[in-house]
Amino acid sequence: MSEAPSEIKYLATHEWARLEEDGSVTVGITDHAQDALGDVVYVELPEEDQDLSAGDEAGVVESVKAASDIYAPVSGTVIATNELLDDEPEKVNQDPYGDGWFFKVRPTDVGELDEMLDADAYIDVCEDEED
Amino acid sequence: MSAPKRTALCDAHVAAGGKMVDFAGWYMPVNYGSQIVEHMAVRADAGMFDVSHMTIIDVGGSRAREFLQRLVANDVDRLDVWGALYGALLNERGGVIDDLIVYRTPAGYRCVVNASTRDKVLAWFEDQAIQGATFVEQSLSMIAVQGPNAVAKCDTVFAGMEAKIDRADGNEAKALAELKPFAALVTNNGWMIGRTGYTGEDGVEIMLPHAEVAVLYEKLLTAGVTPCGLGARDTLRLEAGLNLYGQDLDEETSPLASNIAWTIAWQPDHRDFVGRTAISAERGQCPQKLTGLIMREKGVLRHGQTVITSAGEGVITSGTFSPTMQCAIALVRIPKAAKGECQVDIRGKQKNATIVKPPFVRNGKIYV
Repeated sequence: MSEAPSEIKYLATHEWARLEEDGSVTVGITDHAQDALGDVVYVELPEEDQDLSAGDEAGVVESVKAASDIYAPVSGTVIATNELLDDEPEKVNQDPYGDGWFFKVRPTDVGELDEMLDADAYIDVCEDEED
Repeated sequence: MSAPKRTALCDAHVAAGGKMVDFAGWYMPVNYGSQIVEHMAVRADAGMFDVSHMTIIDVGGSRAREFLQRLVANDVDRLDVWGALYGALLNERGGVIDDLIVYRTPAGYRCVVNASTRDKVLAWFEDQAIQGATFVEQSLSMIAVQGPNAVAKCDTVFAGMEAKIDRADGNEAKALAELKPFAALVTNNGWMIGRTGYTGEDGVEIMLPHAEVAVLYEKLLTAGVTPCGLGARDTLRLEAGLNLYGQDLDEETSPLASNIAWTIAWQPDHRDFVGRTAISAERGQCPQKLTGLIMREKGVLRHGQTVITSAGEGVITSGTFSPTMQCAIALVRIPKAAKGECQVDIRGKQKNATIVKPPFVRNGKIYV
């Protein structure tokens, strides 16, 4: 079974979001998602200063096998993107909740995080997919 | 939907950590962790694929040759016993029903066709059947061992097994290393081994009884042959410029627009193979071609993307990220006159790509 840490929130579309101490929200894709995609070879990220609404398309992750859209879990302004992924997209496979993060936003409403799935609910989503 | 069929190696795939998917009605490994690692193992060393899902049909009888000379656009009369050739089955309109490998055996011919096309090919053979030619599907396991060290590793494994090469059956080779490309042999315990494959590397394909395949697989693993899934098989064949049926070949498209004109045997003139009349009008002047594309920009080329060239539009039939070249490559069907730079529409963005002649990679070397 893939890993889904309990301290972060999830979307059924396999993004995760973590509220940082400085009030920003870091976004990436889950362990389950990277495993399903296989070797990641390219990640297209949003622009810095771009305003996103929850549910917006925020980028694309491409593996050898397939391309998959990434959706913004919360609304806000993009304040950083993970430039490491330009040269080392395999970090998404190796460390999806750490070095493989995608971007950070300054959220307009941290309350949107409460509408996301917790780890248990997300694991249920993954298990349903596997049936 | 019935449950996917399982090959005799299914448990071995699961035990090796294979990520299993339904492929053409078969429960098959797409990778065992990293498709890229498996791909590079085949380019640099040796990897093995379970290809038992593919369809094996033996054609026999006094008119077997005549039957296949009518059905296969390449000419099986070019084959000596234990020779093999690649060819296409065409329909009357000149579209491709399937691509296949035909081996000539002492008893007749052995055809290996795709898994996804099994039912329609058997129905086509039935439809075209003639008195004096029989065809029977064989239930065998098949492993493809591919890579620069594949043959040497197989030879060590066979040395410790009962699979001795049967000289009595007309084989000239004393060891696998002596087997010529596109030649086959049979061992004294009845395994058929062809120096064939679909990766652009040296290697062999071994057809053997289901009950014996797990032991061979285990010994190959011990000899250091990397298990590889269908994912790596796809990137390897695409780098080698080899077509995948259903993407680069289909019933609506002429083989002349699919980079396999070299497999059409026009001589002798009187050989009336199915589809000959339909495609002969475009012989040497097909308005389209299937060729290669490289994109140095970031991103991945995919099946179905539109390509804009100076000579008109085209479409990507197969695209992927090339693990050897570390960039996106594709097979593309475009107007015959198109060359040089072109643009690909990737999710609404125009990206620059270059038209090149495949193969991209063979025998570990980059050709473009």
